[in-house]
Amino acid sequence: MTQYETLIPINVITGFLGSGKTTVLARLLRAPDMGETAVLINEFGEVGLDHQLIEHAEESTLLLENGCLCCAIRDDLKTSLRNLFSRCARGEIPQFRRVVIETSGLADPVPIAYTIMAEPVLQYHFRLGNVVTVVDAVNGMGSLARYSEAEKQAAIADRIVLSKTDMCEPGNEAALRSKLAEINHTAPIIDAARDGVDAAALLAHDIYEPEGKRAAIDAWLGEHDGGHEHARAAHTSDVSSFCLWFDGPLDWTAFGVWMTMLLNRHGDKVLRIKGMLNVEGVADPVLINGVQHVVHPPTHMTGWPDDDRRSRIVFITRGIGRERIEASLAAFNALANPAAATIDRDALTPGAPSLSV
Amino acid sequence: MCSLCGVLGGRGHWTESASTPEAFASRLDATTRRRERQQRTQIANHILKHYGLALRDWSGSSYLLSTKTGRTVIVDNLSEVWIAAEQLTQGECDPLDEGLLAELSAN
Repeated sequence: MTQYETLIPINVITGFLGSGKTTVLARLLRAPDMGETAVLINEFGEVGLDHQLIEHAEESTLLLENGCLCCAIRDDLKTSLRNLFSRCARGEIPQFRRVVIETSGLADPVPIAYTIMAEPVLQYHFRLGNVVTVVDAVNGMGSLARYSEAEKQAAIADRIVLSKTDMCEPGNEAALRSKLAEINHTAPIIDAARDGVDAAALLAHDIYEPEGKRAAIDAWLGEHDGGHEHARAAHTSDVSSFCLWFDGPLDWTAFGVWMTMLLNRHGDKVLRIKGMLNVEGVADPVLINGVQHVVHPPTHMTGWPDDDRRSRIVFITRGIGRERIEASLAAFNALANPAAATIDRDALTPGAPSLSV
Repeated sequence: MCSLCGVLGGRGHWTESASTPEAFASRLDATTRRRERQQRTQIANHILKHYGLALRDWSGSSYLLSTKTGRTVIVDNLSEVWIAAEQLTQGECDPLDEGLLAELSAN
């Protein structure tokens, strides 16, 4: 079986209309370590302009013909990626070690993730890498408030890049950062103007690359490290971001039954799940990572990062509260471990972050 | 490909430890694939009972999901179980349903 870590990572660069995705991509492609990167572009209207901007990557660029990478044209992405791989295998284009897909401004990135993870051929050659969402500091607040597409793009991001901060009032930038942290507190926010765009940090460092695994976990869970008092439920519109902690080991079988059932019924509302689990019978923490219906194969860290052995799972949901998910998972876990069946009702009251299972 | 039904196989489902040895290598010695499938089936049946359904392991390769009247479908993994369960019952199988959780707690 092909090791998941050895598959070619595909990064998705998304962001609302006019957010500056192509500018960020053009800057990324100038980095020396991006030399062996193939790029797929998908943009409404400004195809020629975008193509010109990344002209130096033309040899490895495949331009999608359709306007939007949504479910309806998933076949197009499949064909493009298969074609890219075939041409590389035949020696018609240079070898590449990474693929970057730039989506259209109105795209839902999840079908792209699904195509990569579930397509019978692609899943043996490619894996999903970090999803990078570009947010315009000038207009981003308005886009997030008005367009669910923009909010979802931010919610499922692994990295958020702020663009045009040099054109934005400082107070507005602070408000936007606060809003983004509420929607998705697991994604580091990078200021493209001030911090620059580090290709490795944005694209390469994820939980399937040894050098990036620890940093990725810190980003997922950093805000919640240190104890119960940091766990919170942040609400913005109907998107909730919260972290559940479990004192006892979780049964992997029961967890699988629960999560598949949850994603089947509520996958459209569970925007992200990221977690570090203490699984019964497994010495090292198991990492889980899901985007709506798409779940990455679990991986593990080598050893626990500290003495805290609690499982912790971050959820970003739309319209589903923390208490319901917490009670449901505890009930399912108790099926495998009746001795731990007691649900701590005190833990279900607002502000109480931990549930003993 | 399955020689019986001709279905193309994909990468193992994420819930199956055997498909992700990198994550579960440390317990593969103690937990056989069959034993884990047995436990998975058992736990799923606790839930499916609420909907009048039952799940059986089929030769360690697939699962059989049946109604009380005997109508049966073949599914490959847990994700497909819930899709098929909703089709068979013409209803929703919701893990957040308070009625289901109350029944689980009572049992």
